[in-house]
Amino acid sequence: MIPELGTLALVIALLLSAAQSFFGLVGAHKNKASWMQSVMPAVAGVWVFVSFAFAILTYSFITHDFSIAYVATNSNTELPLMYCIAAVWGAHEGSLLLWILILATWALLVAMFSKSLPLPFRARVLGVLGMIGVGFTSFTLFTSSPFLRLLPAAAEGADLNPILQDPALAIHPPMLYMGYVGTSVAFAFAVAAMLSGRIDPAWSRWTRPWTVAAWMCLTLGIALGSWWAYYELGWGGWWFWDPVENASFMPWLASTALIHSLAVTEKRGLFKNWTLLLAIFAFSLSLLGTFLVRSGVLVSVHSFASDPSRGLFILGLLLFFIVGSLTLYAIRAPSLRTDGGFELVSRESFLLLNNALLVAAAGLILTGTLWPLVMDAFNLGKISVGPPYFNMVFMVPTLPLLALVGIGMHAGWRRAALASKGRRLALIAGGALLVALVITMGFYGSIGLPLTVVGFTGALFVMGSALIDPITRWRNKQGMSRAALGMAVAHFGIGVFVIGISGVASYKIEKDVSMGPGDSAEIAGYRFKFLGTDNVHGPNYEALEARVAVSKGELPLTELTTQKRKFKVQTMPMTHAGIAVAWNRDLFVALGDELGAGKWSMRLQYKPLVRYIWIGAVIVALGGLIATLDRRYRVRVTADEPAPASADEAA
Amino acid sequence: MTPRRKRLYAIVGILVGVGLATAVALKAFDNNLQYFYDPSEVVAGKAPSDKSIRVGGMVTKGSVERKAGSLEVQFVITDFAQSVKVSYTGLLPDLFREGQGIIAHGRLHDGMFVADEVLAKHDEKYMPPEVAKSLKKPVPPAPEGST
Repeated sequence: MIPELGTLALVIALLLSAAQSFFGLVGAHKNKASWMQSVMPAVAGVWVFVSFAFAILTYSFITHDFSIAYVATNSNTELPLMYCIAAVWGAHEGSLLLWILILATWALLVAMFSKSLPLPFRARVLGVLGMIGVGFTSFTLFTSSPFLRLLPAAAEGADLNPILQDPALAIHPPMLYMGYVGTSVAFAFAVAAMLSGRIDPAWSRWTRPWTVAAWMCLTLGIALGSWWAYYELGWGGWWFWDPVENASFMPWLASTALIHSLAVTEKRGLFKNWTLLLAIFAFSLSLLGTFLVRSGVLVSVHSFASDPSRGLFILGLLLFFIVGSLTLYAIRAPSLRTDGGFELVSRESFLLLNNALLVAAAGLILTGTLWPLVMDAFNLGKISVGPPYFNMVFMVPTLPLLALVGIGMHAGWRRAALASKGRRLALIAGGALLVALVITMGFYGSIGLPLTVVGFTGALFVMGSALIDPITRWRNKQGMSRAALGMAVAHFGIGVFVIGISGVASYKIEKDVSMGPGDSAEIAGYRFKFLGTDNVHGPNYEALEARVAVSKGELPLTELTTQKRKFKVQTMPMTHAGIAVAWNRDLFVALGDELGAGKWSMRLQYKPLVRYIWIGAVIVALGGLIATLDRRYRVRVTADEPAPASADEAA
Repeated sequence: MTPRRKRLYAIVGILVGVGLATAVALKAFDNNLQYFYDPSEVVAGKAPSDKSIRVGGMVTKGSVERKAGSLEVQFVITDFAQSVKVSYTGLLPDLFREGQGIIAHGRLHDGMFVADEVLAKHDEKYMPPEVAKSLKKPVPPAPEGST
C-alpha cells in the first residue's frame, strides 16, 4: 500500500507541474491575473507531493521494505541507518526522485522570494520550471519508477554498492544536484525574459543571486566528489577527467561565465544576448550531463545500470529544451538592442575575455568527452581520450585566465584607470614570482614541471591581487559591499586552488612496493614501516587491517591503518586508505593484495599541498555565499528602475 | 580608435586565441587518442606495437601467475576466440579477479602486452562495453560463491 501512495503522489505532482506550466506560460501570454496567481499554490503543491513521495521512499528504506524492487536492490538489513537514508539516492531511480525534489525546492524558493517581481514575469519563470518538472517527473514515472513492486518480496536486500557507503558520498549527490538543477532557474529566467521581450539591469539583478547560489552548490558538489574520489576510489588521484566528472564540470564553467556576464549586463546593460545564450548553455550542459550519466553511452566509473529507453527519453528532453530555447533565442535576440560602448582596456573587456576563455575551456572538454562517441558512430574505431589530452588543453585557456583575473578585478567599468593600481599590481606580480621561486627551488629543491613556476606565480598573484581592495578598505575604515567582498574571496579561493594543483601535480611521489611485516620503504624523506596486520570487524564488513608507522628521519610521526574490506553481501573487496594530513602535505598508504612469501603490495604516496585543492574550492563557494547575501538583491524594485513588464502588471 | 575598429581588434584577438587553442587541442588529441583492440585483433597483428593502446577481455580462469612476493603479475585475457598474455607491475584494482572483464592500457612487446594501468569497474555485474561487444561467445555464468 505504502509504495503505491508514493506513485500516486508522483502522479499528482506531475499533474500539478503541468498546471503550473500551463497557467504560468499561457496565463502570462493571455495576461490573465487569476491564472497567473494560481501558479504559486501549484508550485507549493508540487513540492508537498514530491516531498511526500521522497519521504515514502526514505521510510521504505528505513523499514527495509524489500517488496519494493529498488529498495531490495540497494539496501540490506545490516546497512547502517545513515547509509539506508543515503541509499535513497544511491542508484538511478532514487537519484531521479532527488532531482525532482530539488527542482521542486528551487521552484518553491523562487516562488517565495520573488514577490517583488512583476507578476507576468514571475508566472513565466515558474511556468518554465513547471515544464522542466513535467519532463523529469514523467521520465521518472514512465521509465524509472523507484516504487515498482518486487513480487514475491525478497527475503534480504542486495545491499548498497560498498563504494557508496561513505559520509562524503552521502552528501555529494544532493549538493551536486542542487547545482545542476539550479542552472534551470537561470534558464527559466532567461526564457521568461525572451518571452517578455525585454532585458534590463533589473532582470540581471533578479537572476544573479539565483545563479550564484546554484553555482556555489555546484562548486561544493564537485569538490566533495573529488575529495571522495581521492580517498576512496582513485588511489590518491583527485580528478580523472572521467566523462561524468566532465559532465559536472562543463556546467560549472558555463555558470562561471554566466555570473561574470550577468555582472556586465546588470552594471552596463551590455552582452545581453550573450548572457541569455550562456544561461541556455549552462542548463543544456546540465541536461547533457544527465543524459551521459543515465544513458550509459560513455564508459565511466559512475556505472549506474543503464537502459536505452531511458537514454532516448532524456535525449528527447534534451533536444526539446535546447531546440526550443535556441529557437526562441533566434527569434528574440535580434530585437535586444545594446547601447553604449567601452574602451579596449576596461572591466567589460576583461569580462568578455573571461567569458571567451571559460567557454573555450568548456568546448575543449566537451570535444574530448564526446569524441569517442563520434568516432564510434562513424565506425572509425573505438578510442578513448586520455587525461593527458584534458590536462594539456585545459591549460591553454586557463593560464591566461589566471593572469587576467588578477588584473581584471581592478579594472574600472567603461575605461580602466589601471595606472593608479598598476604599480601595486606589478609589485605583487614581482613578489609572486619571487615567492614561487622560493617555494619551488628553495622548498622542493627543483623547478618542477615546465609550468610549475607559472602556476605558483599566477596563483600567488591572484591571491595578492584579491586582497588589495579588502585590505585598503579595512585600513581606511571604509565599508565594502558584500558583492565586492564575495568576488575578492572567490578569486582568492581560485588562487588557493591553483596552489594545490601546482604543488601536487609537480611534486607528488607515488610508489608501489612489496612489503612484509617489519619491512620499510622510503619516499620523499618519509619512512613507512609495515608493522603487521589485524582482522577487524565493521558493521557490515570484515576487514584486514595493516598498520604502518610513519617517521621522518628518526622522528616518529604517526601510525596509519589501511584496510582491505570485504562486505558481507556484495563480496567485492574495497580498499580503505590511511592518510596522514599536515598543512603542507598528505601521506597516503593503501593496502593491495597478498603476494605470497609473507609480502603484501602497498601503494605509498606523498601528496604535497593537495588539501589546498579542496580548501580553495570551499573558499570559492564561500565567496559565492557572501555575494548572494548582498543587500541590493533584497531591495524591492524602486521607482527609478521600472520593472520590465510593469505595464502588464498594472493592466 | 573608432568603436568599430576596437570591436574588430577584439574579434581578431579572440580568433587568434581560439586558433591557438585549436592547434594545441589537435596536437594533444593526436598524441592521446588510445585505440581499443580485442585479443583477436592483437593476435591477428592488427594492433600497432609502437603506440600505447588499450586491450580488453575476460581474465582467463587460473591464468594469474606471480612469483611469490613480487609486484609483477602475469595473466591471460581472452575474448573466447583468442588470448593475449598481459604483464603488469603494481597494485591491481580491487575488482580484478579471474573471470572478470578488464581493460588494460599499455604497449605490445614481443606478443606480450605490457600494461601500465589495469582497470576493473566497481560493480560486480559491470562489463566494459568494448569488452562486452568484443566477446565472441556469451559469458559463462559465474559459479556460486566464487571470490
